[in-house]
Amino acid sequence: MAIFKDNSASHSDRSAWDRKRHRQLVEEAIKKNLGDIIAEESIIGQSKDKKIKIPIKGLKEYQFLYGKNTGGTASGNGQEQRGQVIGKAGDRDTQDTGQAGNAPGEDIYETDITLEELINYLFDDLQLPDLDRKKFAAIETERKFKRSGHQLKGIPPRLDKKQSVVEKLKRKQSAKRQENAIMPPISERIPFREEDLRYFRIKEELRPNSNAVVICIMDTSGSMDQTKKYLARSFYFLLYQFVRYKYENVEVVFISHSTEATEVNERDFFHRGESGGTNISSGYAKALEIIEQRYNPAIWNIYAFHCSDGDNWPGDNATAITLAKELCDISNLFGYGEITTGRIWNSTIRREYQEHITNEKFIIVTLERKEDIWPAFKRILEKDSSAGGDN
Amino acid sequence: MSNYSLTNLEYWNRRIEELVKNSRLNCYPQEFEIVDYEDMLCYEAYVGMPSHYPHWSFGKAYERQKTFYHYNLVGLPYEMVINSNPCLAYLMRENSILLQVLTMAHVYGHNDFFKNNRLFKRDTRAELVVEMFKAHADRVREYIHDPSIGPAKVERILDAAHALRFQVSRHGELPLPTPTELTQETTQPVPPRLKEDLLGFLAEKGGLTSWEQDLVNIVRVESLYFIPQIETKIMNEGWASYWHYKLLEELDLPQGMHLEFLQRHNLVVRPHERSINPYYIGFKMFESLAKSPGGRLGIMDIRVNERDQSFLRRYLTRELCEELHLFTYGVQDDNVIIKDISDEDGWKKVRDKFADSVGLGNVPIINPVAVEKGTLQLEHVFDGRELELGYAKETLKHVVDLWGAKVELTTDIANYRQIISCNEDKVIIIKDA
Repeated sequence: MAIFKDNSASHSDRSAWDRKRHRQLVEEAIKKNLGDIIAEESIIGQSKDKKIKIPIKGLKEYQFLYGKNTGGTASGNGQEQRGQVIGKAGDRDTQDTGQAGNAPGEDIYETDITLEELINYLFDDLQLPDLDRKKFAAIETERKFKRSGHQLKGIPPRLDKKQSVVEKLKRKQSAKRQENAIMPPISERIPFREEDLRYFRIKEELRPNSNAVVICIMDTSGSMDQTKKYLARSFYFLLYQFVRYKYENVEVVFISHSTEATEVNERDFFHRGESGGTNISSGYAKALEIIEQRYNPAIWNIYAFHCSDGDNWPGDNATAITLAKELCDISNLFGYGEITTGRIWNSTIRREYQEHITNEKFIIVTLERKEDIWPAFKRILEKDSSAGGDN
Repeated sequence: MSNYSLTNLEYWNRRIEELVKNSRLNCYPQEFEIVDYEDMLCYEAYVGMPSHYPHWSFGKAYERQKTFYHYNLVGLPYEMVINSNPCLAYLMRENSILLQVLTMAHVYGHNDFFKNNRLFKRDTRAELVVEMFKAHADRVREYIHDPSIGPAKVERILDAAHALRFQVSRHGELPLPTPTELTQETTQPVPPRLKEDLLGFLAEKGGLTSWEQDLVNIVRVESLYFIPQIETKIMNEGWASYWHYKLLEELDLPQGMHLEFLQRHNLVVRPHERSINPYYIGFKMFESLAKSPGGRLGIMDIRVNERDQSFLRRYLTRELCEELHLFTYGVQDDNVIIKDISDEDGWKKVRDKFADSVGLGNVPIINPVAVEKGTLQLEHVFDGRELELGYAKETLKHVVDLWGAKVELTTDIANYRQIISCNEDKVIIIKDA
């Protein structure tokens, strides 16, 4: 007679450890593929809940297998004819999934994650504690004054005339009552006295400043090809996401420049190519002009970032440096990203920057391949955190 | 188990056992464990074993199973049985009483198959299985907890060994070499006994420390244990289905249960159009064999002697091929097209192609052939089917992990003999052979 065991009492989650490790590997794979993911995302106007499909490459369990084009055997419905087309190569329905043992299958793991989760993965990787986020928010504060009640002393502009009259009437009425009882009549006219005057009490309110603007400046001269723009775009995407993570109200400004700079929309920024030479300073001048007009540095946290291949017109270098310094002074962070696809030496402008700009809010990164984006971005954030810290 | 109790199960089991005893089945003692849905998923992830070494791939298996059930992509698991003595099987609490009865009958079929089939008798030791997996698990955990080793190093070796898990001897463990053979081997970079056992070769001759060798051997021994199951999937499921059907017909079930039985049974053995359902093929074959003259005795021998490949070659008749609507397909340009159907001209080709693709027939053979200046040379035994190149490259990297130096693989790509090489820095180069 068979033995029956009822094992429900000893329930244990034995797969927990392996699930956790699997999950970790999935997350690592997601991070490794960030370059692919972010490059395809539009920078702004994405809802936080938007789902992104991420193909995870790292989780396949590789083995020696036969290719998909080797054919096989299957059962049908009796209507099959020789030469009949039953599917496209690589279709999953025609795979012999039911066959024994060798279940390697197609291990394409696609995980749906939302943009929000993606950003969380990003910032988990940076190990920014929540604390930092709060600190960032409290650094820049905005003063606001609000009336709240009254006080006896104050400065003339805050005199509450209405309340002072009320106080005077109150005094007069009480004087009248007293007069009827014991006191001799007083004169007709009752003047204001010091004690009647009432001033507004002003409460000072500190509000964390949560406005930020990301100024994307890009060289769109002839030498910036699609690949370079693609790198720049991925970079701006991260920057935008990061700034949005820190501040409530984030605006983005796109400035494209060749020899002259114009403010453009996102589409034109990434897709419209121009030809001709490069005056980097024109982009900086435009940025300064826009800040001057719309984004008061006292209220706005400014993140400016410039991507270029560094082919500047030599005569413009001096002006570019001066304006870059100015941008550093009013920004939280000003970065220069040099995109050097297929080139090993650094450009002149980069050397000039390194030599002349000492402001700690300035940072230079070099982007050559997709894989460089994330490390470069991490360096920028480290910079931002240390600049925003206590030192 | 809301509508029935353990006593119910025991009642039905007693009746099944009586029928089993009067049949010609010859089973190990049976044990049933009643588990809930979560436990069942876990058992499935860990290949049914009560104890198994940890690795992330089992976590992945668990998540995948769970997702599939969640989206109803597969039916509920109601059958899980392992080749051990006593034979261990799980019954899921949530199943109806009929499903439990059906499962129990099905399990006795597998139990008999495990105990009697030639491959199982030769390559597995059922009485030691549970202990063996437990010992493996203990050792792997020991390495993980050893401060000088740790989880990352263990994982690296297990990843590599898993990638080659089916590149082992296809005919079970060979006898240990004699001292004379061992002396001869000193001059042979690839000893004959390891020529068709890549994983065994790497475990012995690769650049591994002793604990790494042990890990590779653990994976290899587990593969050897499972190969009989892989090689007899169609037979094993067909046999169990044939017997559950027969036993339940004889059980004289109350009408309601009988109806549910027929429904369930038909679900299990239905054809999967454009793929292969081993339950369906195996059931149909045993059913038809049993009906033939002398068949009821004949099938008892067949279950002892055959594996899927020989089973199909010998007993898949033209009538069966036609009845099962079997056909073969291939790829032309971008299309999957039907090549042969089971008619007068085609059925033998269909049968042979089918027989060649079952079990390990679907796993390419990669053998170590030589070692030259430290480089391990492998050969893909080419039979017209090309390797999936992307997978081959990545798998080769794992071979390098175990070998410790450069590895080269000769194979055919688009009708040209090519060598895929992977050096210690995991750089892959493909060149003409």
